Amino acid sequence: MPKDLVSIKDLSLEETESIIDTALSFKDVLKRDIKKVPALRGKTVVNLFFEPSTRTKTSFELAEKRLSLDVINFSVSSSSVVKGESLLDTVRTIESYGVDYIVIRHSSSGVPHFIAGRTRASVVNAGDGINEHPTQAFLDAVTIKEKKGGIQGLEVAIVGDILHSRVARSNVDCLIKLGANVRLVGPPTLMPLHPPAGVRVFYDMNEGIRGADVIMMLRIQLERQGKCFFPSTKEFFRYWGLNAERLQLAEKDALVMHPGPMNRGIEIASDVADSPQSVILEQVTNGIAVRMAVIYMLHG
Amino acid sequence: MDKRIIIKNGRIIDPAQGIDGAGDIIIEGGRIEEVLVKFPEAANKRQAALKPNIRDVRVIDAQGMIVMPGLVDMHTHLREPGFEYKETIRTGTMAGIKGGFTSLCPMPNTNPANDNPTVAAFVIKKAMAEGCSSVFPIGAITKGQQGQELAEMGLMQEIGCVAYSDDGRPVMNGLVMRRALEYSKAFGFPIIAHCEDLSLSDDGVMNEGPLSTYLGLRGVPAAAEEVMISRDIMLAKLTGGKLHVAHVSTRGAVELVRRAKNEGISVTAETCPHYFSITEKAVMGFDTSAKVNPPLRTDDDVYAIKNGLGDGTIDVIATDHAPHHADEKSLEFDRAPSGISGLETALALSLTLVEQGVLSISDLIRKMTINPSNILGLDRGTLKVGAVADVAILDAGSEFIVEPEKFLSKGRNTPFRGWKLKGVPRVVISKGRIFDIAGWKQ
Repeated sequence: MPKDLVSIKDLSLEETESIIDTALSFKDVLKRDIKKVPALRGKTVVNLFFEPSTRTKTSFELAEKRLSLDVINFSVSSSSVVKGESLLDTVRTIESYGVDYIVIRHSSSGVPHFIAGRTRASVVNAGDGINEHPTQAFLDAVTIKEKKGGIQGLEVAIVGDILHSRVARSNVDCLIKLGANVRLVGPPTLMPLHPPAGVRVFYDMNEGIRGADVIMMLRIQLERQGKCFFPSTKEFFRYWGLNAERLQLAEKDALVMHPGPMNRGIEIASDVADSPQSVILEQVTNGIAVRMAVIYMLHG
Repeated sequence: MDKRIIIKNGRIIDPAQGIDGAGDIIIEGGRIEEVLVKFPEAANKRQAALKPNIRDVRVIDAQGMIVMPGLVDMHTHLREPGFEYKETIRTGTMAGIKGGFTSLCPMPNTNPANDNPTVAAFVIKKAMAEGCSSVFPIGAITKGQQGQELAEMGLMQEIGCVAYSDDGRPVMNGLVMRRALEYSKAFGFPIIAHCEDLSLSDDGVMNEGPLSTYLGLRGVPAAAEEVMISRDIMLAKLTGGKLHVAHVSTRGAVELVRRAKNEGISVTAETCPHYFSITEKAVMGFDTSAKVNPPLRTDDDVYAIKNGLGDGTIDVIATDHAPHHADEKSLEFDRAPSGISGLETALALSLTLVEQGVLSISDLIRKMTINPSNILGLDRGTLKVGAVADVAILDAGSEFIVEPEKFLSKGRNTPFRGWKLKGVPRVVISKGRIFDIAGWKQ
């Protein structure tokens, strides 16, 4: 394994598969009464979040604690960044504490790459700008593998704001690596004009999810309204929202996924989100196992 | 009980099917049942074989007339709701029928603007109840035509809007226009651009040139139109969205569209009769009836527009029918609103292009029927069997004098008063309903 996990593009198929398999074995640990392993006792991790996050941060923190890491949380509001310190100086300061892992989220694409080249610590990308969110893609892959037995040859539709979604970008890289057929579905305003190679693009959601084995809904950021990406949440839901009727177009046992937090009634109807086909809460559980696996493997 | 209409002995011209020949047309139940060209004996046989149970039969003798699809105007202002004193859907569609038009596409600059499904539904319901012709509304691109937030173009399409435009209030923000063109790709409708850079047209009221200096009126340079067309063409190229350029008025605009088409960019264009019939000279004497936006241009521009029509650069002749109240046009030139009441003169003015050898009669009809219909994705503008029975029977040789007082439109604002023109629709059939124009107050 490389020193850092900043991009799925850096990983071979074997490395990707081994992260997923390791995560599945950590999942067994999480089912035990005592959910902690002493794997990384004495090591230190800092969670360096330059962007507000509750879910991802909590998930990482829990994963780290399950691995017996010492955890430091460094959030922007209380940091020296607001005092004018440069990103690099912040990282160097943190490194001087003697940390072994830096989990970083930043609103600028490329920050984890920038940091990784400038620190001895292992850097884990917890989301950079609109670029990547690798651990989300792994947890999605784990969820699919668990439910479907494999990923090779599956039809996976990713629906919504593709343009601004690091989740979509990482999933495209990860799923294509694992042999899935990926479709991107959404309004043309929220679709890259130059989509990644190897995907099929659909503006018509009915066509886009027809026969799909997996439907991944993305969160619509409400602040995009009024910025000419779509006219209204009503119109968005009408054409690109997942409702029960539309879900019929997919395979009978299609999985419904969402990285959270959901906007019920905007990108996904409540009855679909709560349906037996929905694996949204399992994604959350798998997130912990995946983050344990990633940090554990960077160690080795 | 079905009605049958038989139009006999006319010269049938339907560019969509490549038909130009003598023949008969049979209409039943509001649809084209049969088109029989060149074989009148076959027509007689066919009539003998027609279903005998239809008693309500009207036979129209079209000897010496041109029988063509009802015209499609993709750029109309019907003013309702909000400006009923200028025009209503009723009077506007009556004027349209008189002019040979069976499909009108009203622009959204009403009050309230047609920028939401509720107003769109109002226009459509009103047209169904009171309209003589079919009405296919054009919705606003942005809410309130403010150029900032996209209107619910998808939901409005479901109601019946066929294209989107912020006509008269061009989308100045390039990013908004980009998004509109991108968004349109999901639904397939065209974005119609009134191309005018408002910062360049400023407070201009006529074409900028020696004549505007002579008259002391503020000018609108051709560049105001051409800069915007350039931008929109580049955005169409970037996004792959369908762009339709409204009312092309300058040589440069024609050349930009021609080049874009040669490059394979998805762009179509229209012009209006006043841009190839008259020039800025019509403004002399400060005649507000010749105030129009974009402004009337020069002889050279007229020449270029005719060339653009001839070589196919300009796909469509639309009216930009813009009725105003007489009181509004009786104002200072700077304050009078822009626009010409065009539905009742458009066909005759366009027929002069045939006399001048600019277009064949078939190509002219194409630009007023199937071309706009195809751009908007309508099922109109053709006499194909099964099509909605929209037919115009034109007495192409008949002369008349333009007398605005006799317009059926409420708008009497025309610079063509007193012109002697040729070409009068005698009978117009809209959705199977017969209008005998000769019987109307003319």
